[in-house]
Amino acid sequence: MDRDDMNGIDGTEERDRHFIELDRVEKVFDVRKKTGFLRSERREVRAVDSISFTVARGEMVGYIGPNGAGKSTTIKMLTGILTPSGGRVRVAGIDPSRERTRLAHRIGVVFGQRTTLWWDLPLIDSYRLMHRMYRIPDARYRENLDRCVELLELGDLLDVPVRQLSLGQRMRGDIAAALLHDPEVLYLDEPTIGLDVISKAKVREFLRDLNTERGTTVLLTTHDLQDIEQVCRRVMVIDHGRLMYDGPIAGLHEVGDSERTLVVDLERELPPIEAAPARVVKVEGPRQWLAFPASESAAPLVARVAAEYPLVDLSVREPDIEAVIATMYAEQADRARRAGEAEEAVS
Amino acid sequence: MGTGRLYVAVAAGGFRRYATYRAATAAGVFTNTVFGFILAYTYIALWAEKPHLGGYDEAQALTYVWVGQAMFAVMVLGSNGFEADLIERIRTGDIAIDLYRPADLQAWWLAADTGRALFQLLGRGVFPMACGALFFDLALPTDLLTWAACLVAIALGTVVSFAIRYIVALCAFWLMDGAGAMQLTWLGGMFFSGMLLPLNVFPGALGELARLLPWSALLQAPADVLMGEADPLSTFAFQAGWAVVLLAVGRMIQSAATRRVVVQGG
Amino acid sequence: MAETEQVNETRATPGSHSSHGSRSPQEAYGEDLWPGPYGPYSRLRDGLRAYRMIAAMWIRSTMAYRASFAMTAFGNFAATSFDFLTILLMFSQVDELGGYSLPEVAFLYGVVGVAFGLTDLVIGSMDRLGSRVRDGTLDTLLVRPAPVLAQVAADKFALRRLGRIAQGLFVLGYAVAVLDIAWTPLKVLMVPMMVLSGAMIFGAVFVAGGAFQFVAQDASEVQNSFTYGGGTLLQYPPSIFAKELVRGVTFVVPLAFVNWVPALYVLGRPYPLDLPTWVAFTPPLVGAGCCVLAGLVWRAGLRSYRSTGS
Repeated sequence: MDRDDMNGIDGTEERDRHFIELDRVEKVFDVRKKTGFLRSERREVRAVDSISFTVARGEMVGYIGPNGAGKSTTIKMLTGILTPSGGRVRVAGIDPSRERTRLAHRIGVVFGQRTTLWWDLPLIDSYRLMHRMYRIPDARYRENLDRCVELLELGDLLDVPVRQLSLGQRMRGDIAAALLHDPEVLYLDEPTIGLDVISKAKVREFLRDLNTERGTTVLLTTHDLQDIEQVCRRVMVIDHGRLMYDGPIAGLHEVGDSERTLVVDLERELPPIEAAPARVVKVEGPRQWLAFPASESAAPLVARVAAEYPLVDLSVREPDIEAVIATMYAEQADRARRAGEAEEAVS
Repeated sequence: MGTGRLYVAVAAGGFRRYATYRAATAAGVFTNTVFGFILAYTYIALWAEKPHLGGYDEAQALTYVWVGQAMFAVMVLGSNGFEADLIERIRTGDIAIDLYRPADLQAWWLAADTGRALFQLLGRGVFPMACGALFFDLALPTDLLTWAACLVAIALGTVVSFAIRYIVALCAFWLMDGAGAMQLTWLGGMFFSGMLLPLNVFPGALGELARLLPWSALLQAPADVLMGEADPLSTFAFQAGWAVVLLAVGRMIQSAATRRVVVQGG
Repeated sequence: MAETEQVNETRATPGSHSSHGSRSPQEAYGEDLWPGPYGPYSRLRDGLRAYRMIAAMWIRSTMAYRASFAMTAFGNFAATSFDFLTILLMFSQVDELGGYSLPEVAFLYGVVGVAFGLTDLVIGSMDRLGSRVRDGTLDTLLVRPAPVLAQVAADKFALRRLGRIAQGLFVLGYAVAVLDIAWTPLKVLMVPMMVLSGAMIFGAVFVAGGAFQFVAQDASEVQNSFTYGGGTLLQYPPSIFAKELVRGVTFVVPLAFVNWVPALYVLGRPYPLDLPTWVAFTPPLVGAGCCVLAGLVWRAGLRSYRSTGS
C-alpha cells in the first residue's frame, strides 16, 4: 500500500499522522575484520533490523539506546545521509535517500559533537550563510533569527568568533543555525552531551517552546534520560538494531523498574547510612552511594538523611539508559518464560 | 629508574607512536618511491649531459636520489616531527609541567625523536632504497664497515636535525605563531640539505657555503660516507661539531625560556 | 517576538492536525522563490552558488589571521619555486637537458605550474575528504541543500594558493619572452588552451582521487603522489623518461595532455611516441572526457558511502 495515494477528505490529516514513517527498514553493513596480516574476515552487521514506526507532525520523540544500537544509523537514514538496505522511509512524504537536497530544506539537523558553525568567524556569519544557502526570505530570516536570539540568549554572542564560545553556547548556536529555515522536523543527536546543568535546562526549555509555538516535530537521541523526561512524551528504545520499546516515558520506568542513586558526602567517615527503602551500595571514605527506586521521589529520603547525618553535599544520579535497558531485557525474558510456562500449564 | 633507562623508555615510546600510523607509513613509502623514480630519470638526463658532474658518476647520482628518498622522513625534511607537539605545548602553557619534570627537557625530546627516527629508518627508509636498487644500478658498498659508517653518519645526522628543530620550536616562546618559523626552517632544510640536488652540484660559492652549513650533515654526509666519497672520520667530526654547537644553543634558549616561564609564574 | 497565528493553535498530540504550526517551505516562501525542479542545470547552478558562498566564508576565515596568511602565501610561493630552482641549478651545470634548452623546459614548467595551480586553488582540498569521512563531518555536508561535491571542493578554500599560480605565470612569462620560435596565432591560442584543459585534467584526477577516499580513507597520500608526482613529472621534457612511463601518462592517466602533447607541437618538437599531429589539439576533449569520468567515479563513490556509511 502506498500512503501517498491516499487522497481523501482527510488526506492531509493522514499525511500529518504519518509525517515520519519507517516501514520494516533495514540497514546492513559489511564489516571487515582483520584476522591476519593480509587476511580479513567479512561479516554482515545488521545495524538496523526491520524497524517500523510512525511519528505524527508535531510530536516530540526521544530515541534512545546504548552505543552502537543503531540510533545514529536510523537518523542518518531519516536525513538522507544513508540509503536503507531494505524497507521504506518517508519524511514529509519525501524519500530521503532519493531526494536528499529537497528534503534538506524541510529538516534541521543538530549533531551534538560536530559543530556546523564556522570556527574562526563570528556566530552571525554562520547564520548569514544559512540565510543564503537555504534561500530564506529576508523577513523570515530576520524573524527567525530574532526569535532564536531571544529564546536561546545569543544576543551578546553574535559577534563573537565561534572558537571562543563555551560548549553550551556553541550548542545553542548550532540549534539556532538548524532552525533558521523553518524546518518542519528537527533531529538532534546528543544535544546536551557535555553541557553544564544550566545549559542543559536552557536547551530543553527551548525545545519545548519550539514545539508548542511552531509545532516542529522533534526527534532526539540522547544518553541522558532527563532530556527525554523533560522534553518528550514518547520514547523509543532501540538495541541491537531492534525497537525494544515505543511508548510513554513513564512506561519505560515501569518496564525497567530501575533505581536512582543518591550520592551523599558526609563530614566524616561514618558507618553505612540507614534509610530504608534506600540501601547503601557503595562507601568510599566520607562519601556514600544510596540506591532507591526510580519511581519514588528523592525528597523524603534527602530530608531524612539531612536530618540524621552531618551533610556536606548531596546529588541525585539518574539511572543510565544501559541499566534501564538491561532490566528491560531481563523482564522481557522473564515474561516470555512465564508465558511459556502458562501455555504449558494450559496444554 | 636510572636516567639511561628512562630515556630508553622515552625513545621506545617515540618509536611505538610512529609505528601505529601504518597507513600513513605505507602512503609515505609510496610517495617517496614515486618521487624517487621521477628524480632518478632527471638525474640520468643530467649526468648523460655532463658525466662526472660534482665528482659523481651516474650510479652514484642515482644512489644519491634513493638515499635522499630514504632519508626524507628520517631527517624530517618534508613533514613534521616532534616540533609541532612541542610548539603546541608551549602555546597552551603545558610546557610549564614539562619544565618541572625531573627529566631534562632537551634530552627527553631528543630521546623521543631518536625513537621516531629509528622507526622511520626501518619503516620509510628501507623500502625506497631496496626499490631503487632493484630498478637502477646503484653504487652500493659491499663491505659491512662502510654500511656501519653510514649508519653512524645517519645517527649523527638525526641529532643535528633534532637540534635545529628544537631551537626553532623554542622560538614559539617568543613568537605568537610557530607556523611561520617552522615553514622557514622547512624551506631552508629542503634547500641546503641537498634534497633538491646534491650539494656538490651547486654552483661555485653557493656550493661551498651549503657544504659548511649544518643541513649538509643530514643527507649529503650520510650519502657521501655510503658511496665512499667522503672520509668517514672527518665527516663524523663535522657532524658531531654541529650537533654539539646546536645542542648548546638549544640549551641556552631553553634556560632563557625557563626563566621566562618562571617569571610569568608558569 | 513574533506572535503569529501558530501560538496556541498547535497541539502536540499524535495525529493532531497542525498544518498552521509549520508551513512547508513552498507555502512559506512562495512558489517563485522555491528552488524548483532538480534538473542537471539547476544542480550545476546550485553547486556553483554553494561553492561561491563557502569559498567566501573560507576567505573571511583566513583573513582573521592576516599575518599568518601573508606568511603562508609567501611560503607557498617559495616552496613551489623550489622545483624551478632545481631546474635552474641543473642548468647552471649543463646547457641542455634531454635535448631541451632552459626556455623550453621553462615553458613546460610554466604551463603545468599554472594549470596545476588553478586546480589547486579551485579544488585543492579534495584530499581532505578521507579525514572528513573518518571524523564524520562529511555527514554535516550531506544534510545541506547543496551538492556535496561543491561543498567538498570549496572546503578550506585558500587564496594563498595564488602563490603557486603566480610562480607558474612568472616562469611561463619568462619562457614565452625568451623562446626562439615562430609564434603563429594558433600557437598563441594554444597557451591558454593548454592551461585550461590542463586544469581540467588535473581537476579530474583530484576528484577521482577524492572519490577513492570514500572507500579508502587513508588514500590521500596516494592521491598526492599522483597529483604532485604527476605535476613534477611534467615539468621535465618527456625525452628523459622511460618509454613505458611516457605511455602510461599518455594513455592510462592522460596527464601528458596537460603540456607534453600540445606543448611539443608549440615548441616544434617530435613527441617520443608515434602520435598524429592533430592529437596536439585534443586536450580540451581529453579534459572534458576526464571530467565526465571523474564525475561518474565521484557519484559511485558517494553512492557507496551512502550505502556503507564508510
